[in-house]
Amino acid sequence: MALEIIESCTSCWACEPLCPSKAIYEAKPHFLIDASKCTECAGDFEDPQCATICPIEGAILNEDGVPLNPPGSLTGITLQKLAA
Amino acid sequence: MELPVINKASAEAPKGGCSAGSCGSTDDQMSHLPEHIRQKVFNHPCYSEEAHHYFARMHVAVAPACNIQCNYCNRKYDCANESRPGVVSEVLKPVQAVKKVLAVAATIPQMSVLGIAGPGDPLANPERTFETFRMLSEQAPDIKLCVSTNGLSLPEQVEELAKYNIDHVTITINCVDPDVGAQIYPWIFWRNKRIKGREAAEILIEQQQKGLEMLVAKGILVKVNSVMIPGVNDKHLEEVSKIVKAKGAFLHNVMPLISEAEHGTFYGLTGQRGPTNEELQALQDACEGDMNMMRHCRQCRADAVGLLGEDRGAEFTLDKIESMDIDYPEAMKMRAEVHAAINEELESKRLAREAKVQLVSIQGTKTKEGARPVLMAVATKGGGIINEHFGHAGEFLIYEASSSGVRFIGHRKTIPYCEGGDTCGDGESALDKTLRVLVGCEVVLCSKVGYEPWGPLEAAGIQPNGEHAMEPIEDAVTAVYEEMRVAGKLAPNPPEQQKVA
Ligand code: SF4
Ligand code: SF4
Ligand code: SF4
Repeated sequence: MALEIIESCTSCWACEPLCPSKAIYEAKPHFLIDASKCTECAGDFEDPQCATICPIEGAILNEDGVPLNPPGSLTGITLQKLAA
Repeated sequence: MELPVINKASAEAPKGGCSAGSCGSTDDQMSHLPEHIRQKVFNHPCYSEEAHHYFARMHVAVAPACNIQCNYCNRKYDCANESRPGVVSEVLKPVQAVKKVLAVAATIPQMSVLGIAGPGDPLANPERTFETFRMLSEQAPDIKLCVSTNGLSLPEQVEELAKYNIDHVTITINCVDPDVGAQIYPWIFWRNKRIKGREAAEILIEQQQKGLEMLVAKGILVKVNSVMIPGVNDKHLEEVSKIVKAKGAFLHNVMPLISEAEHGTFYGLTGQRGPTNEELQALQDACEGDMNMMRHCRQCRADAVGLLGEDRGAEFTLDKIESMDIDYPEAMKMRAEVHAAINEELESKRLAREAKVQLVSIQGTKTKEGARPVLMAVATKGGGIINEHFGHAGEFLIYEASSSGVRFIGHRKTIPYCEGGDTCGDGESALDKTLRVLVGCEVVLCSKVGYEPWGPLEAAGIQPNGEHAMEPIEDAVTAVYEEMRVAGKLAPNPPEQQKVA
């Protein structure tokens, strides 16, 4: 059970201080989650904190590789719009 | 004829004009404020239109995280509410930030203010922000500290803020109506949950207002920034202005939305435009009432260093600071001397001005009746004098001359005509852009103006004038206005000005 941060992360720092498991660390080229530490916040919070504050759609994936904030869910800007 | 410079309210001055308490760069716009507030802001370059010619400020970026999303922000760049987006600032650790501040304050003795703004929300990063403030209040107690915030976590931080040398807090308040807010803020992070839509805006607004009230109750000065978003909150901001003023904010700064598509913000990608210079000015006038409006804000970068309008940040990168050898106690002594000299100069200017104003009020205004106000643009490198070549100006300061005085209206950016012109093939020459920027002005004062732009300027109804080079701006504006009056050019109806498309 662990989340994953992928390359669209902008290293904005929002998630790092919130992680109850200290699983998130600053890395190059973007922040990473230590899978052995991440608990998906179970027992601490209802929602995984990193994905709850992350401003970048698609940057955080669940263990099945599905984005917790799918395109359009935060800003209403669709990927097509972004690509245009 | 002598015009009272700036906004000493004289009995016959119309409300909303120069009596409004916010005019320009000669009088300090703080003149109507209680003495204890004046004392706090007279040497603050961002707040005092006059001080910004003399005192320097710097920002450090230590607080990258943010707890809300604004539609004008893309986190890849700086916080768009305080900073010009498009260039990522160097995010510093608190220790590095303190080192940088001390190095700058030793090298630029005019340094009076250190601010923490974006990228991010300083109060969403309380550890980093407060550690920086704590160290600075110990090591450089003569530097004023200020902080900008979106306000979401402000109420819970007010106690802590009050512990340091923080006497100014800027809150960005774009609305007091959650329906308007829902169009500006897609979500907030609140009590470990993401909240969206109207409910999010409602919480944010409530926190901002509560924070504002708490700060005022503590005697901490509060400035309110608003981003003007045409079609979203442009009409609403007058209401915001009234409310924050009633609650005790001492200054309201309406800033234009920056929404270039390449910044990748929601507004940028959805084609939301920013306001025109004229729209911004009209709103600033409407909000003014007897509230201070800030007209000289340059929306500077989150790591800007130096006097407003000049950025010396490049001299103080981490590696350069590393090799600097600084004697802090000596630097503080030098700052005290430099600041004392500046204060003396400001004080004598103020006295001279008061004397002049009295003289004018005795003369009365009979001869000036029917004279309409005139906008003039000024090219200046700073220092309150006309000392910039028309073609080199990267911005123009706009002044309004009227029978009640001269007041500073704002600044308008352009591309230096000499660097653009025929070399830039983007369809619109730099001169055309400058002409557009100057729309509404009837005169442009500069130290020199070449032959080439002269014709187009005149054709656009803007009289170029290089005769007042090196003169103080207000004196020159006053003199030109008087010349226009004598020449009969101040008839109530302004001449048809050719619009530059
Ligand atoms: S899901 Fe929770 S525990 Fe896992 S990385 Fe995110 S914040 Fe940390
Ligand atoms: S909040 Fe999202 S974008 Fe910001 S550092 Fe964490 S994963 Fe990256
Ligand atoms: S508060 Fe500042 S950093 Fe946060 S989203 Fe708004 S503009 Fe960006």
